[in-house]
Amino acid sequence: MNAPAYNFAYLDEQTKRMIRRAILKAIAIPGYQVPFASREMPMPYGWGTGGVQVTAAILGPDDVLKVIDQGSDDTTNAISIRKFFGKTAGVATTTATADATVIQTRHRIPEAPLHAGQVLVYQVPIPEPLRFLEPRETETRRMHALGEYGLMHVKLYEDIARFGHIATSYAYPVKVNARYVMDPSPTPKFDNPKMDDCPALQLFGAGREKRIYAIPPHTDVVSLDFEDHPFTRYRFDAPCALCGAGDSYLDEIVTDDKGGRMFVCSDTDYCESRQSAGHRGSESAAPHKERAHG
Amino acid sequence: MYVAVKGGERAIENAHRLLAHERRGDRDVPELSLPQISEQLSLGVDRVMTEGSLYDRELAALAIKQARGDLIEAIFLVRAFRATLPRFGATEPVDTGAMQVRRRISSTFKDIPGGQILGPTFDYTHRLLDPQLAGGFSPETPAVGEASATATPRVTDILGRDGLIEPSPAADADAPVGDLTREPLNFPADRDLRLQNLARADEGFLLALGYSSQRGYGRNHPFAGEIRFGEVEVEFMAEDAGFAVPLGSIALTECQMVNQFKGSATEAPCFTRGYGLAFGQSERKTMSMALVDRSLRARELGEEVIAPGQDEEFVMSHSDNVQATGFVEHLKLPHYVDFQSELGLLRKLRQEFAEANEAPQMQEAAE
Amino acid sequence: MTSVAELPAGFADKVLSAQSTFRSVMDAMARPGSIQRIGSVAGTPDTMMRGTAAIALTLFDHDTPVWLDTRMSAKTDVARWLKFHTSAPIVADSSIAGFALVADPQNLPPLDRFAFGSNEYPDRSTTLILQVESLANGPTIELRGPGIDGSVTLRASIRPQDLFERLAVNAGLFPRGIDVVLVDDDAIVAIPRTTRLVRGG
Repeated sequence: MNAPAYNFAYLDEQTKRMIRRAILKAIAIPGYQVPFASREMPMPYGWGTGGVQVTAAILGPDDVLKVIDQGSDDTTNAISIRKFFGKTAGVATTTATADATVIQTRHRIPEAPLHAGQVLVYQVPIPEPLRFLEPRETETRRMHALGEYGLMHVKLYEDIARFGHIATSYAYPVKVNARYVMDPSPTPKFDNPKMDDCPALQLFGAGREKRIYAIPPHTDVVSLDFEDHPFTRYRFDAPCALCGAGDSYLDEIVTDDKGGRMFVCSDTDYCESRQSAGHRGSESAAPHKERAHG
Repeated sequence: MYVAVKGGERAIENAHRLLAHERRGDRDVPELSLPQISEQLSLGVDRVMTEGSLYDRELAALAIKQARGDLIEAIFLVRAFRATLPRFGATEPVDTGAMQVRRRISSTFKDIPGGQILGPTFDYTHRLLDPQLAGGFSPETPAVGEASATATPRVTDILGRDGLIEPSPAADADAPVGDLTREPLNFPADRDLRLQNLARADEGFLLALGYSSQRGYGRNHPFAGEIRFGEVEVEFMAEDAGFAVPLGSIALTECQMVNQFKGSATEAPCFTRGYGLAFGQSERKTMSMALVDRSLRARELGEEVIAPGQDEEFVMSHSDNVQATGFVEHLKLPHYVDFQSELGLLRKLRQEFAEANEAPQMQEAAE
Repeated sequence: MTSVAELPAGFADKVLSAQSTFRSVMDAMARPGSIQRIGSVAGTPDTMMRGTAAIALTLFDHDTPVWLDTRMSAKTDVARWLKFHTSAPIVADSSIAGFALVADPQNLPPLDRFAFGSNEYPDRSTTLILQVESLANGPTIELRGPGIDGSVTLRASIRPQDLFERLAVNAGLFPRGIDVVLVDDDAIVAIPRTTRLVRGG
């Protein structure tokens, strides 16, 4: 039987070259979706194969990798992807945002500000921001070519007419470098402002849809809006029940079936760092007691 | 006091152990061997090889065993392995006209050179569950005939001699071989890439689309010109040696559909083709593929594109069951962050709705 | 004529050298005007600088048509070395090249001889790899654009002297355009199509 032997970071060198060339083009044309010959990865499409391929193409032995899903290092898919790179590339991994050189993420941008030299790799399910307005690739490609985004504005405006607000709360479209309308991946719109003028390089990989795109550091990223309906962030108006943070995006935890709920940071590293620095929320355990529960 | 959920890593490890346990099932029942799967569930193996795009019965059998009989999961395993294999090049085109035929039927002519060969088929079995198969049944030895020395020319070649069917595009040895697993797909796609996509496509998806074309959604009047199943030689052009080296033989099923006419003021009318090819014995797959191939030629043949089966972007973007299953099943992954954002918006909209509907009532009460 | 065995070597460690070279190029492209170093060592044909050779070994293969300028193609060394180590097809028509290697930038052909890509597929463009005199000394060039925090200053001695004036065509063409990587020995600077000259150049 043909027993498999795998390369450093799993992908073969030819595949890495192809992806690397796509990444360079993506950086040179901010917000443009570069088609690439996405490979069939040993994890399902829709579970981060695009992000995994981008990470595999850039990762080196000196990198320190952090993987998050929903802001957390400890969700099963994040663990699974982190283990994959631990096994195939032997790289160091971390949960600390500041210590990571490469951060692969699904659905969140970390709360701690990113710094120069870091690369944030997003897992993207549907890279085409116009896809739900126009299902045909041939059409959306033409719209991007002409910079013709009227359809998107009409959609957002129809929301306002119907609901009084733009009814998009995640994967909220942005305009990059005043040219391409881009899907930021299904991050909550709370995270959108972090993409603007970010010191880190942001790379986006969509495996099933075979697209890579990028935002270079310090690039203008503007959330689409209207003068009379400006873009607003949303976070539940409460401090984190564990660390007391009043500026972080919150997960809602249902605590019983009688309407009981509490709100805690979605970014677990941010929350834990704050707790170790002594910040406390309404539901915090005493530090020693918590340790005992380990 | 609340402690955030932890321990995902152990949960995954335990889940894998449990999966392995369930896969084995009752340990008093003998374990399946790969030859058992390959020999006795051979059509499942054929499907996994076809949609997995890798001709290797043993690996396909392993994949089926590992996937607990879930064929799409098995196809996924084979694909992921295939993606890591080095490429040495493309073989010479296989010659299905020179196939060592095990089954061959045509619905367009009563008799044809080489004859109609029924071969191993479910076609005329009465679908009555057979209690004999429940255990220990040893079937009769099949009747053995002489391998025919006469060639079995393809029915489409017979039609082609009189110009009654459009010619097959001539093979061009210098033309690059398209491969949608190595290059990103762009639309419109040429027929080579469309056929590759269809060959890898989910059998059920093609079956439904082919069926829809028969029911009038982009009807194209097909006849099963021929379906043949048997072994063909595979050859590889060795650059150094300067000639094609035989690598062995593989089992293939080929279906050529004969469809209604094309023609114009300057071109005599002739039948058109729809083509299907698959590894092993995969008749439903190749017939469906041939129907959809012909439907997808609407643009090329100047037909109006009105039905899903004629829409190449729709068909090619949704035919792959590994892609489809991944994206459908990714909804299992946590989406709490997005959901929370949606909840926030919905609560706000509902609150505004309530306020708007309360306001007039309060006004009424005041009056 | 040299035999294959006499051709200068490629990377000693293909996988890790390609990775570290790529990261230098990626950082260069993400931070236009910044100087990045190429640490990987490979043998180089005479006319090729270390940085150029490493980039070629990292990014070229049979899917990337490569165009060579007159100096690069003066002797067959470069073409044979590229062919042997990367399998990249060497093309005479610069308008279909994925990469163009330029050892004599003074005689750089007009930019419209290269591929700018299309509005639908602006990625189908030529990346110019230009060997320059110095990326350490020379006139001051101030640049701005995506990847740059405000503006960045580069001191470099580059031919053709009007390179940045020529690259101004990128502003009108966008999203079509030409991306450039400047090479001086093991130092590289990228000027993607979004970078604009503030002054100097």
